[in-house]
Amino acid sequence: MPEPAASLLRFEDVTVSFAPDPPVLNQLSFNVRKGETRVIMGAAGSGKTVVLKTAMGLIQPAAGHVFLFDEDVTNKAEVELFGIRSKIGMLFQESALFDSMTVAQNVAYPLLNQKAIVIPRDQMETAVRNSLSFVELEHTMDKYPSELSGGMRRRVAIARAVVTNPPLLLYDSPTAGLDPITAHTIMALIVKERDANNTTALVVTHRYQDGNLVANFRYNPNSGRLDPVGTGGTKTIFMVMKEGRLVFEGNQTELEACSDSYVSKFVKRPELEAA
Amino acid sequence: MLDTLKGPIQAVQEFYELTGRAIRNVFRKPHYVDDILLQMESIGVGSVPIVLLTGFFSGAVMAMQMGRGLQDYGQTGRTGQFVSIILVRELGPVLTGVMVAGRNSSGIASELGSMKVTEQIDAMRALGTDPNQKLVTPRMIAAAVMLPCLTIIDDFIGMIGGWIMAQVLFSVPPRQYWSTVWRALVWNDVAQGLTKPFVFSFAVSLIGCYYGLRATGGTQGVGRATTQAVVWASIAIFVLDFFLGRIFLGISQIGT
Repeated sequence: MPEPAASLLRFEDVTVSFAPDPPVLNQLSFNVRKGETRVIMGAAGSGKTVVLKTAMGLIQPAAGHVFLFDEDVTNKAEVELFGIRSKIGMLFQESALFDSMTVAQNVAYPLLNQKAIVIPRDQMETAVRNSLSFVELEHTMDKYPSELSGGMRRRVAIARAVVTNPPLLLYDSPTAGLDPITAHTIMALIVKERDANNTTALVVTHRYQDGNLVANFRYNPNSGRLDPVGTGGTKTIFMVMKEGRLVFEGNQTELEACSDSYVSKFVKRPELEAA
Repeated sequence: MLDTLKGPIQAVQEFYELTGRAIRNVFRKPHYVDDILLQMESIGVGSVPIVLLTGFFSGAVMAMQMGRGLQDYGQTGRTGQFVSIILVRELGPVLTGVMVAGRNSSGIASELGSMKVTEQIDAMRALGTDPNQKLVTPRMIAAAVMLPCLTIIDDFIGMIGGWIMAQVLFSVPPRQYWSTVWRALVWNDVAQGLTKPFVFSFAVSLIGCYYGLRATGGTQGVGRATTQAVVWASIAIFVLDFFLGRIFLGISQIGT
């Protein structure tokens, strides 16, 4: 039997609460292994974003343990977390680009500020340029985020998240508030990043088609397009959250077969669409 | 009762934590020199016009009112003395502090608040930067350097305003005015006049940062943070002024 892949992110009975409100995450446990793509779905306020922020150490759990790259990061001091955070790229829901900096400065920010990453000054511009050309926005280097459209800002944020080539990527609602064409472009970039650099990813979304794309398509470096693969062709696991709890964890086939009324609301079935 | 007190006590604790970290970061790397210079330009140079205007007119008004009072005793020649003491000891530091609080505490709170609600603070942390070190410490240092400088400008321009009014309304000779202005001041006044803005600068910058960094709830939350920052920074200036005034009064009494 083959050795299971290394664990990159593990939650053990994690509870997060902002008193006096009820817990936002309630005894949540899951294990993300290298090479997996996790699609996290759930209603608004179910705790999806909090999962990503807790994984990154931006929110500390009230109980339980979070392991990143097999290292317990629970309740570590902010300074101690900087090293391990440099191995993770994160796309925030509203892009979170720094308004006062140009696109190039935004993308260069992790290279300049993450102590664990040492890159010679002369290679910095090349790295920024490569990262921006990955999202096809090389021409926007000197622009400010306010001059870009919502979709472009999201793509710049992806360029900033991947510029350091992190092995683990966290995407918080990458398609929220975007038109279907731009949303598809963003998801295609996420699949491209995953397959071109063999990264592990957590994608928070409430759109089933996003999960479907991630689970059934693979980036073809020769054609530069996404090719369909058979079911189970990618290591994609779906997670559905409800009120801070994990109510479903499994592959796409299991998700589509799930009879739970809450879980099935997130699945777009052809027969339901026709009805 | 305990629940009612919990909120304010927690707020005070959080404020002291922020202050402690900001001061500790002064001695820790990395030092964001560019940000310090940028903030000095924003807090210091940017505030010069309002300081010039308020300083000039406050000095002028003081000379006008004092001169009128002194006229009854035939002592208009001493107008400069009163203008000088009141400006250097009290009005210069407090007026400059309140003006800079209105302009910069609000600016800091709205800038940091916007960054907080658009997740830029979280992004900063995720990308290997301590927001306190990058955002709070530079503002604190910049305010601590610039507020005493602005106060000196305010004091001087106030004296000029007083001189013009003393000359125009009460025909006080310039030589007499400036000589009484100079002679009225002792070292205790100068020390008081520079210590006060230095202490006020922490209220101006740190209260702005505190309310900005705890802003929640979108644009409405940013607006609320901005208002609270200005109100509390202004109140803190008056309260600190009272205690510092009392301390310096005690020092001067020991000296005599």
